[in-house]
Amino acid sequence: MTVVHSARKTPRFADTQIEMAHGAGGLASRRLVEGLIAPYFSNPILQAYTDAATLSVGGKKIATTADGFVVSPLRFPGGSIGELAVNGTLNDLAVSAAKPLALMTTLILEAGLPAGTLETEIESMAIAARKAGVTIVGGDTKVVEHGKADGMYVTTFGIGELDERVTLDPATIRPGDKILLSGAIGAHGITILLARGELDLQADLVSDTRSVWPLVSALVEECAPGLRWMRDPTRGGVATSLNELVREVSDCGIAIFEECIPMHDAVRGACELLGLDPLHIANEGQFLAVVAPEYADAALAAVRGVAGGEGAVYVGEARAEPKRCVIGVNGYGGTRVIDMLVGDPLPRIC
Amino acid sequence: MKYVDEFRDPRVISRVAREIARTVDPARRYRVMEVCGGHTHSIYRHGLRDVLPENIELIHGPGCPVCVLPTGRVDDGLTIADRDDTILTCFGDMMRVPGTKGTPLELKARGADIRMVYSPLDALKLAQQNPRKHVCFFSIGFETTAPSTALTILRAQALGVTNFSVFCNHVTIVPAMRAILDSPDMRIDGFVGPGHVSSITGCRPYEFIARDYGKPVVVSGFEPLDILESILMIVHQLHANEAKVENQYKRIVPWEGNVPALRAMLQVFELRPYFEWRGLGFISQSALAIRAELSAFDAERIFDIPGVRVTDPRGAQCGEVLKGVLKPPQCKLFATECNPEHPVGALMVSSEGACAAYYRYAMRAAVET
Amino acid sequence: MCLAIPGQIIEIATEQPLLARVNVGSVRRNVNIGLLENGEVAPGDWILIHVGFALSKIDEAQAQDQLRMLRAMGEDQLAIEEVRGYSFAEPKGEEDEIRR
Repeated sequence: MTVVHSARKTPRFADTQIEMAHGAGGLASRRLVEGLIAPYFSNPILQAYTDAATLSVGGKKIATTADGFVVSPLRFPGGSIGELAVNGTLNDLAVSAAKPLALMTTLILEAGLPAGTLETEIESMAIAARKAGVTIVGGDTKVVEHGKADGMYVTTFGIGELDERVTLDPATIRPGDKILLSGAIGAHGITILLARGELDLQADLVSDTRSVWPLVSALVEECAPGLRWMRDPTRGGVATSLNELVREVSDCGIAIFEECIPMHDAVRGACELLGLDPLHIANEGQFLAVVAPEYADAALAAVRGVAGGEGAVYVGEARAEPKRCVIGVNGYGGTRVIDMLVGDPLPRIC
Repeated sequence: MKYVDEFRDPRVISRVAREIARTVDPARRYRVMEVCGGHTHSIYRHGLRDVLPENIELIHGPGCPVCVLPTGRVDDGLTIADRDDTILTCFGDMMRVPGTKGTPLELKARGADIRMVYSPLDALKLAQQNPRKHVCFFSIGFETTAPSTALTILRAQALGVTNFSVFCNHVTIVPAMRAILDSPDMRIDGFVGPGHVSSITGCRPYEFIARDYGKPVVVSGFEPLDILESILMIVHQLHANEAKVENQYKRIVPWEGNVPALRAMLQVFELRPYFEWRGLGFISQSALAIRAELSAFDAERIFDIPGVRVTDPRGAQCGEVLKGVLKPPQCKLFATECNPEHPVGALMVSSEGACAAYYRYAMRAAVET
Repeated sequence: MCLAIPGQIIEIATEQPLLARVNVGSVRRNVNIGLLENGEVAPGDWILIHVGFALSKIDEAQAQDQLRMLRAMGEDQLAIEEVRGYSFAEPKGEEDEIRR
């Protein structure tokens, strides 16, 4: 077998076994994908490391994406694994500026899973798909022995039609470009953390899981030429998404104004109490967009004009210095480097 | 959030910072050690370095329980998780601390029953819910945390719970400060004192530092305004050629400490003759053990703990960094072999650890120097 | 070391007098108040929470004294100028509310 290494220098994956951190969406996940998986599959589409892969079929540009869903508990305030499996995949297409067309889904079920639980999730998937105007056109079902899966796992494959008016390329980002965030952060991750019950914390908080396509679609209609990049900040949060972005930019860095970042009181409270950084907490219904300054007002108005987009704000900007780095700037000019998440966010006492 | 937001008010921070800049003598260097990892974390998290004059040098102290726990103790504790009939519980902070055979998180992924708890009381609850299992709590922390463990043990006793124990690693801050003060290469002008420890111990335990070593100590809160005010208070003392213990954190810290908490500690713990600290070596009377009367709750008496000693990794200079002799980027392994994802030394594990804080929030500064 | 955070007591359980229901930024948790003096705290009081225990009752008067002293330092207009530009919003602060 010949392994073709990509031009970018990525160290081989040297870890001896897979640990939980490799699935947490942060640095370790990235090392696994780039150091072990991508070298074998090596091709330019894969190695763009975007949320969805762009293919040209008969002169038409389409976006494809696949996403796996493992979540415990299966249902949580504001959503469930079925809903996540649909919305999460739709969102990967949306932030590639692709109108979702169809989904396929694979279910890995654990023997002993109550049929009612499964049916509830299938129904959730159907409702979410209907809401988004997409159809689920196929899939596969497998069952594994009891004890070998957490109830159920879902994999969803999505296909969408790329909007050709949009060119998303981090290399086009220039100092002065604005970072738009669609709404309050951290609701999903904190909801799941609380729903697990281990921490014995309660809050009136629900996951933000939703399809962001209606918001993105409005943004694309209003200012397609001004859009440089989009991403849904899921695992690893806003911090991780922006760090992935700065690896691809050519000649600038990102500054986030910490005072501008919107979040629910309960997200803030839980993060203060548990010593977590809200920027590392997962979201399932938000997106980030880099917008050229001349489109900034129109872009914000477009997103805010859609139901569910009222909370959209600018949270930062691209700057000439420091290059390839995400910094947080607080209200008095104090700065910190905002790093990728390492492993899962763990509560701390010190 | 009350008592948080007011102490992060940008306009007031900007004024206090300006006051510090106006007060310092540009011809002089001020070497200030913040004893607590919590202070270190806060300084980086809130970008306080950016608003402080260059000639105020902040030296990160040993007040990070995870950082000072030697690998041998981690390994000892993790042997408890090898047993099939046992659930080992610990704070989230411990989950990524590397033992010789891996971190608790890694051992858990391989099948060991290790669970994260927010409170020692949650570990006790777990014991009540799992009567057929033994639940051991891997306790860490300074005087801030020790009373909570003490009360949990007393509660277990009162409830007659027989399947609960504590692997006790509580340490006390004063002997560590004394060890640093006695170190021949010590070069510290004043201390930002530990605020939350002092809410339990009060301010008296630091009086010897002012009296015998002639160094100012200002017991400080953790919000940006608290830390800045404490630094200003230290500068004022130095200018006046004074050395006294002052309490900046009066809203939380009573001068005499928390009497019920001290009583609970006294009832449950006794001083160990000596205890090993990572980087600092053995320090006498610097840690707590569970009293013999409560040995039924003492994991060290219930289980056959091997008592291993593991030497610090070669090349790692955690001790020098802990004592403030080296800055994190001056360590040979910093950001190369030792980074937050693969920590070699514990200072890189906890986000309070000087190295992790430095790495995460000030990588630019590290690159420039 | 030792992450501790202020929270406000919502209620104290009558059947378990050492357990207080506490609110931290609209997150609620039961917190053990056994490290405080008997009867030291009541609903409405603010406490400092660490690993599920209250370490101390927060002294409101001391906090206000400290803030008053800090806010008197330096010149406000300069500070407003200085913090402008670190956010997309106009500088705001507790002081505005205090002065009103």
